[in-house]
Amino acid sequence: MIRTALIAFTTTVAVTAIAQIAPGERRSGAEFMSPSTQAMQKDDTSNPGMLAALEGETLWNAPAGNEGKSCASCHGPADKSMKGVAARYPAIHQSTSMPVDLQGRINLCRSDNQKASPLRFESRELLALTTYVALQSRGMPVSPPDDARLDPFRNQGETLWRQRFGQLNFSCAQCHDDNWGKRLGSAPIPQAHPNGYPIYRLEWQGMGSLQRRLRNCMAGVRAEPFGFGSDEFIALELYLMSRAAGMPMETPGVRP
Amino acid sequence: MARALINIPAKAAKGQIIEIKTLVSHPMETGFRPDNQGKLIPRDIINRFECEIDGERIFAADLYPAMSANPFLTFTLLAERSGEVTFRWKDDRGEITEEKRKLVVE
Repeated sequence: MIRTALIAFTTTVAVTAIAQIAPGERRSGAEFMSPSTQAMQKDDTSNPGMLAALEGETLWNAPAGNEGKSCASCHGPADKSMKGVAARYPAIHQSTSMPVDLQGRINLCRSDNQKASPLRFESRELLALTTYVALQSRGMPVSPPDDARLDPFRNQGETLWRQRFGQLNFSCAQCHDDNWGKRLGSAPIPQAHPNGYPIYRLEWQGMGSLQRRLRNCMAGVRAEPFGFGSDEFIALELYLMSRAAGMPMETPGVRP
Repeated sequence: MARALINIPAKAAKGQIIEIKTLVSHPMETGFRPDNQGKLIPRDIINRFECEIDGERIFAADLYPAMSANPFLTFTLLAERSGEVTFRWKDDRGEITEEKRKLVVE
């Protein structure tokens, strides 16, 4: 009986392996949350991610590095210059022709233009700045750039998405494409859209980036997580953004 | 450095009941968690919150280690007169976060 079930399961997986979520069926992770957590995200006074955005605003205007320049010295007010920026990252960095995500772009700006040391991944400062920049795109559609140079990296990301990992031997797609809406233990399986990052996760009691969340999932299937800032994560982020194209940005998201 | 978000209407009608919402940034370290060396991280929580209008106390709360990080407090106020509303959070290290907002009652 079990064997039959297993064979049936494997066949289903094989048949639906290339299946993607239809655009009309896409749902943000927020829709899988309880009404109270949704309310927490919607109200800017109760959403703890807004505290990070508030700190990010201070950092935006604070001079840093040997040039003594702040982000605002070049970019001006973020509500104009950063509008829609987070919705199109990761993007190609012109001087290296390699893709960078928003966190990486902020650190490149620090080292190239401010002559400041890069901020550590998952540090309070980097998450705060990223949240503040991404907040300026809230409500705007995710719009991955139409740039052919990104295609090989996006394809790498999709391969990783479908690649089985870890002792449990699961791919991302097996849960988030094929079985979203069902439950894993008591937790609903969402569709894994990246439109609310950085998020305030109640389990973490703090902010975290998309890469931290991806590492979390990898540890969950007992795989060795990729390193912060690794090429694999940038590729996955690229694929996830193209998969969520058109969905509204909701940074800072709150997640259970 | 603690930071706070406060939602209080700038204007209220006399006799109106207004809702005040506050969110403060604080790790609320319980004192029960070990660090990666196995040593307990000392307790550091906000233990007291006070709200005053022109020095007159309108709301206060004692907080304990079971509170989440970044505590969110909401309470109501019967608007009787205009004044300056002071919000004050005190933590275990004696650090005080204070914010002020104007309230106009017409």
